[in-house]
Amino acid sequence: MKTVAFISQLAIPAFILFAVLYGAFKKVRVYDSFVGGAKEGLQVIVKIFPYLLAIFVAVKAFQASGAFDLIRQALSGSFSALGIPPEVLSVAIIKPLSGSASTAIFTDIVKTTGPDSLASRISAVIIGSAETTFFVLAVYLGAVNIRRTKYLVPVCLIADGVGILIAIAVVKLMF
Amino acid sequence: MNIIWVILIAVSIVAAFWTGGLEAVTRAMFDGAKAAVEISLFLLGIVSLWLGITKIIEDSGLIYRISRAFRPLITRLFKTVPPDHPAITSITLNMLANFFGLGNAATPLGIKAMQDLQTLNEDKDSLTFEMMLFIVLNTASVQLIPFTVVGILSDFGSANPSAIVFPTIISTVISAIIALGVLLLFRRLMK
Repeated sequence: MKTVAFISQLAIPAFILFAVLYGAFKKVRVYDSFVGGAKEGLQVIVKIFPYLLAIFVAVKAFQASGAFDLIRQALSGSFSALGIPPEVLSVAIIKPLSGSASTAIFTDIVKTTGPDSLASRISAVIIGSAETTFFVLAVYLGAVNIRRTKYLVPVCLIADGVGILIAIAVVKLMF
Repeated sequence: MNIIWVILIAVSIVAAFWTGGLEAVTRAMFDGAKAAVEISLFLLGIVSLWLGITKIIEDSGLIYRISRAFRPLITRLFKTVPPDHPAITSITLNMLANFFGLGNAATPLGIKAMQDLQTLNEDKDSLTFEMMLFIVLNTASVQLIPFTVVGILSDFGSANPSAIVFPTIISTVISAIIALGVLLLFRRLMK
C-alpha cells in the first residue's frame, strides 16, 4: 500500500525527467518539441468540447430532474429483499454518469452509515472498480470525431451493470 | 449515443414536469454547460502538457523503444497494431497511468492513444475493434489502489480503510474480463 502510493507519486515526475533528459541526450531541441506538441492541445479540446457539453447538459438535467429518485424508489424494494443496503443504489446509478457526484454520495453514505458498514464497503468497491463511462465515451469518441460507434455503447452499459453486481457479490462474500 | 442522449433529456424533462422541478432542471442544464467549459479548460491544460511530453519522446525516438518493449504484451490484445507503431506506447502509458490511479495523465494519454489508433483506421467515421477494445478496457478502470476512496474511509475513522483494496482489485479484474467477453460476444453476433 505505501509502496504503491510512493510509486504513484514518483511515476509522473520520474517519467517527465527521463523523457526530457533522454531527449537532450539524443540532441533533440526538447523545448521546441514540447511547445510543438502542446500546440496541438487546443485543436483536440475544440474537437472534444461539443461532446462534453452534450453529455454534461444531459447528465446534470437528469440528476436535477428527480428521475433519479423515481428509479431508486422503484428498485430499492428488490435491493432490500436481496439483503443489499438501498444506499448502494444511488452510487450504482450515479457512478457511470458523474465522478464528482458519486464521490459526494459516497462521502454521505460513509457519514450516515459509518465507515465500516456494508453500505460503505459496497459503495467503496463500486467507486473503485467502475469508471465514469459517459465521460470516457464523450472524451475518447470526441477526440477522433467518430459518429458510428457500432456496438460500443451497449457493451459498455452491460459491462457497467455486471460490474456493479460483481462488486456487490465480492463484498458480500468477503466480509 | 444518440438514443442515450434522447432518453436522458426526455426522461429528465418529463420527470421534472411530474415532480414540479422544471426550474431546477433548466438551471441544471445551464450549470452543465458551464461545467463542460470548466472541464474543457482543465483538460486543455493537461492534454497540451502531455502532448508536449509525448512529442519529446517521439522526436527522441524513445516512443519507438517503449513500443518495442511493450509490444509482446499489447499486440496480444491489439492484434492489428503494427509492432513499432506509436499507438503501442500511448496505450501502454495510458494503462500504466490508470493502474496507478493517475487520472491527470491517463485521460490525455488515452486521447493520444485514440488518435494514434485513428491513423490505422480505414473508415474514419466508424470505430475499429481496437478502439472499442481500448475504450472498454478504460471504462473497466483497472486500478491498483483506489486512493480517493481509501482516503475518505480513513477520514471517517474506519478501523481498516485498506480492507476494501483487495475486494476492489478482485471485482475490477473480474469485471474487466467480463467486459472483454461481452465485447467479443457482440463482435461475433454483429458479424
